[in-house]
Amino acid sequence: MRRDTWWKVPVLVFLGLSTFIVYSTWAAFQGVHYTYGPYLSPFYSPELFGTSEHAWFGLKPNFWPGWLPFSPAFLVLWAPASFRLTCYYYRGAYYKAFWADPPSCAVSEPRKKYRGENSFPLILQNIHRYTLYLALAFMVFLSWDAIKGYFFDGGFGIGVGSLVLTVNVILLGGYTLGCHSLRHLVGGGLNRFSQSPSRQCAWKGVTCLNKKHQMWAWMSLFWVGFTDLYVRLCSMGVWTDFRIL
Amino acid sequence: MAKTKFKIWRGDGKGGEFEEYSTETSGGMVVLDAVHQIQAESANDLACRWNCKAGKCGSCSAEVNGMPKLMCMTRLDELPLEEGVTIEPIKTFPIIKDLVTDISWNYRAKKKIKPFKPRQPDNEDGSWTFYQEDIDRVQEFRKCIECFLCQNVCHVLREHHLEEEFIGPSALVYTAALEMHPLDTEDRLEDLKKANGIGYCNITKCCTQVCPEHITITDNAIIPLKERVVDRYYDPVARIWSKLTKRS
Repeated sequence: MRRDTWWKVPVLVFLGLSTFIVYSTWAAFQGVHYTYGPYLSPFYSPELFGTSEHAWFGLKPNFWPGWLPFSPAFLVLWAPASFRLTCYYYRGAYYKAFWADPPSCAVSEPRKKYRGENSFPLILQNIHRYTLYLALAFMVFLSWDAIKGYFFDGGFGIGVGSLVLTVNVILLGGYTLGCHSLRHLVGGGLNRFSQSPSRQCAWKGVTCLNKKHQMWAWMSLFWVGFTDLYVRLCSMGVWTDFRIL
Repeated sequence: MAKTKFKIWRGDGKGGEFEEYSTETSGGMVVLDAVHQIQAESANDLACRWNCKAGKCGSCSAEVNGMPKLMCMTRLDELPLEEGVTIEPIKTFPIIKDLVTDISWNYRAKKKIKPFKPRQPDNEDGSWTFYQEDIDRVQEFRKCIECFLCQNVCHVLREHHLEEEFIGPSALVYTAALEMHPLDTEDRLEDLKKANGIGYCNITKCCTQVCPEHITITDNAIIPLKERVVDRYYDPVARIWSKLTKRS
């Protein structure tokens, strides 16, 4: 029986992930206050259909059932969510914190049956590399949003929000580009690096980020939520977006 | 010198219980020192497996205050001595006597892994040519001292006893050492998925946490093997791509 405070980390993970899930779900259902000036909340990017000037294809599509609530976030938020859900780091963390499978290392479990990731539904975790492809596409969209965040009424400028959006892209980049699946795809599948120096170089780069994958995962999760909160509160007039330039 | 209380599990495969001992401890002592001192002073028949006392033979695995550790590498001054120290045999394997367990299953599991099969020699003298950068990644896995702390802490074995279906982290490290070797040509992916049960690993990273050699078992061995299994069995695009490019 472990005598240290083994329960601290799983409890913190449970609280951290639960807070994010509750907040992001609430924010996605709002459907308003997701833009402010050139800023677009990352929960709503890319805005495929919507009422703001960021929308790619105009207003809510006609095929959307009238009885179903609509928010531009519903069309996009599932993609980055699936990337985090199937992420190797998060899997280990939420199996412990939410399923007690196990509660912590060398701590007994509350159930006897165990099938691991061998059968449905957890066998679906193997689609992680496909969710990575989506996440990489989102990196492009969010980078474009961050660049647009420096242009106010057609002229260049820097607001605090511009920096918030930029930091968001940097942290998401650190997390996405350190992905275990990406590490495998760029070079980890090779046995002879000497035959492919460019892939070895890419593998080393991803490995460098991958070593701190947990840190990037939490920092990017916190910041993407904060970015939405920042845009939302500015849009609601609660916070003022100070201009630096 | 201060006296410290130790609770050491005494018994055999049929059963047993914790017995209390008290011995003088000082700075710099490790748990194994205390166990030897207790053996000498008050429990001559206390069974304990050890050899090098330097964290390299992997013999003195035990659970100290409930956490799998090498006794020879666990300093007493890192433990809350005022509460006493609990020492018990590693939980996953059958107990022979006191702190000694039967770890022979680990060697049987290792035998399930297809052995090294090098490609044809590169040179006329029967030798091969490969480069340091080809072998760097594999060298980490060669640090394994077979203490089996990772096997012990893995909940698939420890809690669920799926020894028939899953070979465990230590054997997966060995598999990775072979599978990623630049000379090796054997195909172990089908075994990994089926007979050796890599899908049972749910990436809790406990094996990495307890490894006394600091091998990054989960990130550098198990997950890359899982990804290779995904290439073969769960990624249709990768399969088509490998057929088009004629890569195995």
